[in-house]
Amino acid sequence: MFFKVQIPLIITFIVGAALVIAMFVPHFPFYEANENFSIYFDLIAVFAFILGGGNLLKIHGDRIWRKGRDWKYSIVTVVGFLAMLIVGTLKIGGPPGFTGDVSASDSWFGFMYYSMFVPLQSTMFSLLAFFVASASYRAFRAKTKEATMLLVAAFIILIGRTPLGHYVTGWLPPQLQFLHIPNLSNWILSVPSMAGQRAIMIGIALGIISTSLKLILGIERSYLGGESK
Amino acid sequence: MADDRPDKEQSSRPRKGVIDVLKAIDRRIIFLLITLGVVLPLIFHLVFSVRTSPIVQAIFDKMESLPPGSKVLVSFDYAPSTVPENQPMAEAICRHALAKDFKVYMMAVWATGPPQVDALVTNVIERDFPGKVYGKDWINLGYKAGNQGLINAILLDLKGMYTTDVHGDPIDGFEMMRDVQNLADMSLIVCIGSGFPGVREWVQFAGDPGRIPVAGGVTAVEAPLLYPYYPRQLLGLMGGLQGAAEYESALVLKYPQYKEHAEQAVRLMGPQTVAHLVIIAFVIIGNIAYFGERSRQKRAKKA
Amino acid sequence: MAHTFELWIGALLTLMIFSFLYKDNPFYKFAEHLFVGVSAAYWMVIGIWSTLMPNLVGRIAPNALQGVINMPEDAQPQYHFIVPAIFGLLMLTRLVERISWLSRWAMAFVIGFAAGTNFTRYLQSDFVGQIYNSMLPLVVVSSGHVAIGATFSAIVLIVGVISALIYFFFSKEHTGAFGATSRLGIWFLMVAFGAAFGYTVMARISLLTGRMQYLGEWLATIF
Repeated sequence: MFFKVQIPLIITFIVGAALVIAMFVPHFPFYEANENFSIYFDLIAVFAFILGGGNLLKIHGDRIWRKGRDWKYSIVTVVGFLAMLIVGTLKIGGPPGFTGDVSASDSWFGFMYYSMFVPLQSTMFSLLAFFVASASYRAFRAKTKEATMLLVAAFIILIGRTPLGHYVTGWLPPQLQFLHIPNLSNWILSVPSMAGQRAIMIGIALGIISTSLKLILGIERSYLGGESK
Repeated sequence: MADDRPDKEQSSRPRKGVIDVLKAIDRRIIFLLITLGVVLPLIFHLVFSVRTSPIVQAIFDKMESLPPGSKVLVSFDYAPSTVPENQPMAEAICRHALAKDFKVYMMAVWATGPPQVDALVTNVIERDFPGKVYGKDWINLGYKAGNQGLINAILLDLKGMYTTDVHGDPIDGFEMMRDVQNLADMSLIVCIGSGFPGVREWVQFAGDPGRIPVAGGVTAVEAPLLYPYYPRQLLGLMGGLQGAAEYESALVLKYPQYKEHAEQAVRLMGPQTVAHLVIIAFVIIGNIAYFGERSRQKRAKKA
Repeated sequence: MAHTFELWIGALLTLMIFSFLYKDNPFYKFAEHLFVGVSAAYWMVIGIWSTLMPNLVGRIAPNALQGVINMPEDAQPQYHFIVPAIFGLLMLTRLVERISWLSRWAMAFVIGFAAGTNFTRYLQSDFVGQIYNSMLPLVVVSSGHVAIGATFSAIVLIVGVISALIYFFFSKEHTGAFGATSRLGIWFLMVAFGAAFGYTVMARISLLTGRMQYLGEWLATIF
């Protein structure tokens, strides 16, 4: 219990408290603690990537072994992962060699990045354009006054944030320039929308501040899992 | 007697009205129209002129106000998925910085940032600034893991994390790194980002604690969320493709010699505009169908 | 030649993903699973070569990396970096069921760091900073005259922030004047969400435009 719960809580407290104090006392030892803990965090983050890779192998390997659902596609995942990992870690193939830049464009790793990773990731995200169009048609209804306000603001932004906005209301006289759609869209973003976003930001900040304090003081222990009590 | 069943069946089946058609448009038709809305303007090179908004102009004016030799850090914090929005911003900023003879320090807090730096080197530096010297006028520091921890670390000691540049050459061997200890030595930080970590983290971990001016270029999804930082914590913000196009317009107006290669985002505003009109049309159609159905139901209830 | 081959593979994978728009199919599933594997490996490889080798291994044992990574000739071992090395290895114990509890120590460090930095940064930038940003003159004077537009905007901004914050205050019932202010806050939030929706549409269309340009490049190699 001491090793599984108390020690992690002590580590969290020491690290968290040192960093909070470092903001107010930027001198030895807190300044050095801030500097070193930041570098340690960066290094541990890399191990998190390795853990992610290991976990992927574990889950998909298990699926292949037990011939679970879509196990044949898990072979694709594992083969793709191992190919990219081996080629990258050992810097196999291409001119730069073991001492060169791992992501040089004429290396095998670079080739896999540009021919697979880039198109796959880009296309996955671009699918959203179709779904947002479909969702706009199906779901965006001016059912209430508030929903109407949302749609009006959205339309002004959609038109105002393209060159079309200048053509639609460019003819307005100088006295009515505030109704010129690009000006209106800039005003919406800088004033009412900003007000709403600011309130949300303050609310989230209060939540994060209180959660961080609870984590440092050991009140919030959910990150320890089941035996945290 | 003649069998009039087909006529009876026809008369008992309700006629499909306009409202019924409008409320049941197949989503594949929507997908097709969106695709056409993007592809046709690309094929026919539909281009509009773009005017710069105040929030983007603020970044341009700041860059113009800095003297030659100023140190500008550009962080490439985006993935290939957002290249259409972010890459034009990054190229416009770097083109501007190099035209003004600033010292440009390029780095990344995202692992997918360095290939975008490589693309920028090819498209901007080798093409428009072949005389600029690596290590003297610009440097590529590369990526380090750690997200906001990295920013926190380099705010205090940049060379503590970046012991070498991206090619593995010792950092102190470069002329432009000799008088740089940490982020406070930068005149301006420009983060081109698309999520976490990004502009918000640069403001929180570098801009505010280090009192360093920070400007941002983000995807359109993130832009409204960052407006609360403007103008006191974030001196300017390029939001989405429009933001990139606005900065390019400002740049080309002042430096017309870069017009040929510096208007990628401006050229893409044509498809953007047409696609927006398609989306607006579908929202209107959906609402017409909704209100039409509602009034039909009201009439049926009264009857 | 290599670039053309790269373009062809990329275009075919792009079309496989787009095939999902018609319906789910084996080509899409293949491409999706390939993406998962390749992206996990990419982050691992880049993390190892950009950070782990120069900043950890290169600091604990600089001589071990001579010839692999450029290290300063006079680099001395910095043994305190054994601490993150140990924490990192402890993180990996999560993969072994029997000793996975050891990963809590590494997680504790990560959580402590995140909590410690977030506490101060969010307090400074997102709380105090935002309150400071909201403290604007309600009456804006420019060249000796009251600037009506700027004054109106300042009033709207302050009223908007306060009323939207009141909407999120759930410790008091939203009735009377408090309730009316809360309903005003909802209006400001609706405008914010509408603006966010408009921008979201813009973002998604931009990504699609980029992909169509890429496919256009591929088609240009054929025709």
